[in-house]
Amino acid sequence: MTTLYDVRRGMAGTIVGLPSGAELRSQCIRLGLMIGASFQCLERLPGGTIVLETHRQEIALGNALAREIEVVMEKE
Amino acid sequence: MNDRSQPSSEDLTDVMPHAAHRHVDSSAMRFMGSDKKKLVLVGNPNVGKSVFFNHLTGLYVDVSNFPGTTVEVSHGHHPKFAVFDTPGIYGVSSFNDEERVARDIILEADIVLNVVDAVHLERDLFLTLQLIDMGKKMVVCLNMMDEAKLRGLTIDVEELSNRLGVPVLPTTAIHRTGFDGLDQHIAQACTGTSDSRLHRQLHDLLNRVGSQEEALMVLEGDSVIAERHGIEPGDERELIYVERRNRVNRILDRVVTVSEQKRTLAHTLGRISISPRWGLPFLLVVLYGLYLFVGSFIAQDVVGFTEKTIGDRIFEPFVKDQVARIAAVDITVEKIGLDAAGKETTLGSRVFSFPDGTGSNGNLKDEMSKYRDGGTNNLHYDFKSPVAVVFFGEFGAFSMTVTYLLFLLLPLVLGFYVSLSILEDSGYLPRLATFVDRSLNGLGLNGRAIIPLILGFGCVTMATITTRLLGSDREKRIATTILQFAIPCSAQLAVIAALLATAGVKATLIYAAVIFTVFIAIGTALDKALPGTSSPLLLDLPPMRLPRAGNVLQKTWTRTLSFMKEATPWFFVGALAVSVMQVTGVLDSWTKLLSPVTTGWLKLPAEASTAFVMGLVRRDFGAAGLYQMHLTPMQVVVALTTITLFVPCIASLMVMIKERGAREGLVIWAGSWVLAFGIGGLVALAVL
Ligand SMILES: Nc1nc2c(ncn2[C@@H]2O[C@H](COP(=O)(O)OP(=O)(O)O)[C@@H](O)[C@H]2O)c(=O)[nH]1
Ligand SMILES: [Mg+2]
Repeated sequence: MTTLYDVRRGMAGTIVGLPSGAELRSQCIRLGLMIGASFQCLERLPGGTIVLETHRQEIALGNALAREIEVVMEKE
Repeated sequence: MNDRSQPSSEDLTDVMPHAAHRHVDSSAMRFMGSDKKKLVLVGNPNVGKSVFFNHLTGLYVDVSNFPGTTVEVSHGHHPKFAVFDTPGIYGVSSFNDEERVARDIILEADIVLNVVDAVHLERDLFLTLQLIDMGKKMVVCLNMMDEAKLRGLTIDVEELSNRLGVPVLPTTAIHRTGFDGLDQHIAQACTGTSDSRLHRQLHDLLNRVGSQEEALMVLEGDSVIAERHGIEPGDERELIYVERRNRVNRILDRVVTVSEQKRTLAHTLGRISISPRWGLPFLLVVLYGLYLFVGSFIAQDVVGFTEKTIGDRIFEPFVKDQVARIAAVDITVEKIGLDAAGKETTLGSRVFSFPDGTGSNGNLKDEMSKYRDGGTNNLHYDFKSPVAVVFFGEFGAFSMTVTYLLFLLLPLVLGFYVSLSILEDSGYLPRLATFVDRSLNGLGLNGRAIIPLILGFGCVTMATITTRLLGSDREKRIATTILQFAIPCSAQLAVIAALLATAGVKATLIYAAVIFTVFIAIGTALDKALPGTSSPLLLDLPPMRLPRAGNVLQKTWTRTLSFMKEATPWFFVGALAVSVMQVTGVLDSWTKLLSPVTTGWLKLPAEASTAFVMGLVRRDFGAAGLYQMHLTPMQVVVALTTITLFVPCIASLMVMIKERGAREGLVIWAGSWVLAFGIGGLVALAVL
């Protein structure tokens, strides 16, 4: 299973699974992080804090959250 | 519980305009009580709400805590409306205090003015659609049109308005562009086009809840609103959210066109600030700037003048002079001159005794004036009556406390809030939170905690109040503890820095290493010991932009005022308590009690215990007391370690008790006695 945690800077992909906590999931959806949303990784900091762009919007996620979001990477 | 008349209309929108006044148990209703119609500003964070608010309300603004919370709500008046500003939110729900407050205020609103950021419609329209689904009577202001243009976004405003079913006014708030039509725009407020499928579901609930907006909240699983009506919250939230998100995307496909995006300098800076390679240098540059402004300019130059000159040499002698006329007092006059190197030095001193006050011994008073004549003096008033000591003595409520608050704390707090507002408005703060997130995770915090931690170096009391913005109780507890233990506030930092400068590089390194280790150890230990997990970072990063002076000053002013209002009483309480301990001799016996520990365990001179006890009043007093003791460099390390970890000042204890409750506050307070002397002693064992 690939998660946002495994994504590297510059990669693009699609979200296919959200975190298990209901509240966290709702908060993600509000920001546009939902199943089917495509994203591009703008930065990955050491330790796994991820900054991505989806729908022209930059979002930062802590590593614990990144590990809970399942993704499919685009082929280069 | 639910005894209101039930609306019978088939059409949901018909029941809307007055429905908001009906729900029970609303502290919002009392809080917002007004004859005028209530206009409520709603929007995501940083979209320009406050600029609209200031424009609509003018000067007379009331900022107060929403009942039962620590969330601040601004309230002002427009000729036609009572206007309320709400905290920035991503949606109407109850994931945190701010959202709950915004929700309650929105439920009470007669008209909602929804400000959206034209550059971030993807994010902002979620809230807009939710407000529409609630059936609120509303208008939208499409703000930041200048930036949208800069970024090559073209927005079809008419199409957007058609799709939403509410009027949309394009604006650039900072230039007042579009504000001419604002009043007329608000007059056209109406309910929008809500999701048709939702509509049906809401209808079933409507009979039980009484209004469309509350029905939606219940359907979206809001347990508070559900409880108000004695029904079970729904479990449809996620479905509704996903569908709403899709609606946003569909609307935007039609409404927004993007031409070639220009990469601005601000954009590049934004990237640099979170890059693994350049983020740290960038942060260091920012911190250096912060040091130059707050640490050097404000803390040394400004405070040096306000505290030393205005406070100690003008204000306090003036106040004490008035009291000395009628109160028994010994006045010590210390003549100050400059030595060869241009530093201040004591030329001589003399004690003048006035057993019946200066008013009844004109001769001696003249003599004193003559002695004082020419040049600078330090005056020390030793009042004989306990009452005079409590109010006007060394720690007096009307002498030291006023100097401390107005001439030391106020400039520092202003300096810190200016910096914070600049960092916030520039968009750097969320990027900094992102950059440090992983480092703070180990302490059980996420990146957002960087804000109180930085503020702590200004004033721990102020920082403790700011822990409110953290996501969970667990994080608030950890951050508060770290602040109270391991962060020296600026008042103290100045004295610590001066002492370390005399003690040398080795002493400085040891001191820094010890404090840093304790800082990490406390966070790590609490993270391990406290049940539960902390909330992960989830932030949207606003664009970097040049902060506006007007907005920065406005924020600084509001924050400073509210901090001073909140903290001032506690500084007085603290000073009174200590003065009373001073005149009753409790302070002395405390010092005596501590001196065996000081000499035996910390291996410091007995007088150092006075310095520690002084630290109860003002942390810098504690450190300042160490100056005169001619300590060896390693003794300085021990003394400073102890005093840094030692209990916070009384004001900060009081605020902590208010924020965290008496039990937790006192546990932390007591813990810092143990920790300070424990670690101080261990360091003494190691280095002395
Ligand atoms: N470029 C630009 N900046 C704006 C505009 N409106 C507000 N701002 C800036 O955006 C920042 C956030 O504004 P503020 O009113 O504090 O937002 P709030 O959090 O919604 O209250 C401030 O720096 C404002 O000066 C606008 O129309 N254009
Ligand atoms: Mg605001």
